[in-house]
Amino acid sequence: MAEGSADVSSSLTVDHLVKEYRVGGGLLRRRASVVQAVSDVSLSIEAGKTFGLVGESGCGKSSLGRTVARLQTGESGSIRLGGDEISRVSGRSLRAIRRRVQFVFQDPYASLNPRKSVRATLAEPLAIHRLHRGQESRRVSELLEQVGLNPAHADRYPHEFSGGQRQRIGIARALAVEPEVIVLDEPVSALDVSIQAGVLNLLDELQGRLGLTYLFIAHDLSVVRHLSDRVGVMYLGRMVEQGPVDRLYEHPMHPYTQALLSAIPVPDPKVERARQRIVLRGDVPSPVSPPSGCRFRTRCWKATEKCAIETPELVDLGEGQSVACHYPAERTVF
Amino acid sequence: MSGVGQAVSGELIGEQQSSTGSAVQIMRRFLRHRLAMPSLVVLVLLLVVCFGAAVIAPYPRGLQDLLLGPTGPSPEHWLGTDEIGRDYLSEILYAGQVSLAIGLAVAVLSTLVGTALGAIAGYVGGWIGELLMRITDLFLIVPAIALIAIIVQGLGPSPVTIVLALAALGWTYIARVVRGQVLSLRERDFIDAARGIGASSVRIIASHLLPNLVGIVVVAMSLSVASAIIVESTLSFLGFGVQPPDTSWGAMLSQAAGYVGTDRVYLLYFPGLFILVTVLCVNFIGDGLRDALDPQGKQL
Repeated sequence: MAEGSADVSSSLTVDHLVKEYRVGGGLLRRRASVVQAVSDVSLSIEAGKTFGLVGESGCGKSSLGRTVARLQTGESGSIRLGGDEISRVSGRSLRAIRRRVQFVFQDPYASLNPRKSVRATLAEPLAIHRLHRGQESRRVSELLEQVGLNPAHADRYPHEFSGGQRQRIGIARALAVEPEVIVLDEPVSALDVSIQAGVLNLLDELQGRLGLTYLFIAHDLSVVRHLSDRVGVMYLGRMVEQGPVDRLYEHPMHPYTQALLSAIPVPDPKVERARQRIVLRGDVPSPVSPPSGCRFRTRCWKATEKCAIETPELVDLGEGQSVACHYPAERTVF
Repeated sequence: MSGVGQAVSGELIGEQQSSTGSAVQIMRRFLRHRLAMPSLVVLVLLLVVCFGAAVIAPYPRGLQDLLLGPTGPSPEHWLGTDEIGRDYLSEILYAGQVSLAIGLAVAVLSTLVGTALGAIAGYVGGWIGELLMRITDLFLIVPAIALIAIIVQGLGPSPVTIVLALAALGWTYIARVVRGQVLSLRERDFIDAARGIGASSVRIIASHLLPNLVGIVVVAMSLSVASAIIVESTLSFLGFGVQPPDTSWGAMLSQAAGYVGTDRVYLLYFPGLFILVTVLCVNFIGDGLRDALDPQGKQL
């Protein structure tokens, strides 16, 4: 099924993905409006690497992640895992895909069934995919050890664990089927800062040990920088800029990326006082009726008439960086 | 880590409980429940004395003593006698067979059907869910008593047809409650997580949704025991219920309804008391089960 164009070493390739949600409507009111949560987004992740996806809440990054993990189905576009197209599979082949792509949820309190012990939660994927038959108990202990939890606590229930421990259980559940790709949907944003580092280091370590490929979704840019090889910035359902992590952080070309980066506080008070922050005015427009042309133009200080008429395409600027802006320009934000 | 505090408190409650199997744990929590355990004892006692009435009842069924007539409670007749001199305690025990059987059978039947259909309507949704919910709406707008009366009349008023008629209406209430709960549970991440690891719809409903529904289902079930006993008594009052010589607590209640304000009012109190005790017991047992099945084990 390899489509030739795909990079051989690329583990996950998303091409022109569109995910829509219907809003309103019902049995009697036929008129429903459509929100394009993800519109025409492409990205690719090399095997064993991490792609960081950032953006404000509501920009479609979680929708993209859920679609990639096939928790939902996109309207159009393709998702390729290795050489296999997975965006449309269903039934038995979808179940096979579940073994290869896993998902870690943002909220460790909502993502674990309160009525299931840790053992039951971790044994379920093994039972579904008939893995480690007869050895389930050993595998559960192994998984718990892998994520830094005490295997002796396997018979406890989620409420007996802290947020960070629960997130580790969520990670263990994802690891249970030995996946190639894990979509991490803001895995640490619900945790205390003191615990975040531990979970991030765990993810890093697991990637090194198991050769995992991550799609790491976050709104915290410093977290993303620490973990990612490539970073993409989304705004209102569109990818506005992506590139290798250092390139993007040091030479952001899109005004939105620059604004986001300028919001990161600098731990040095002198620098912090001296630097100039870009403060965006207004709110993110409603995704039900996004602005014409460039979706960022309503909040952009560079916007011209052209931005309202023509939708900027992602243009390759070299060194793996591409940007969707009519007036890309470097600007030092640190 | 800030999780230390929680981990330690988990240690304290966790150690004795978590090491044992969950069935044992549930049993233990239920046995410790202050209201549920005595209620279970009382209900079992009621079942034993009612269904063992042939052995236990002090007088044979329907034995009349026309010369004696109605008397109040006395050492010979603990609960007195009715207007044709039958021992009231014996009558109540025999009547209890019908009432308890109808109450429990209706509750079990309507809970099974209601939970299954409600869970499907909530989880699957679409036109199936829509159809199921319109059917329950239909039952809501049709006057229940009239409908049951017609069904019972059409099929012949035996306890079995009464159970079927009551269950045919009773499941809609439970289906509604269950569907509402499923609709909210369905949006929770752990259901998505189950789908994400490849769980089938059947597995998600059976293994993830139903255990989280136990609380409301148990409560709805205990309420439906109560309402079945009461609706049956209404039917008996209207003449559509169990027919003589069979009798039920509801039938006895309605026969005695005219004695309010007379010295024979005890004929009203005793069947009423038995209904009350049964309904309360079932409710407390329901509470106890709900608490015992909740792993967070809220202590009373």
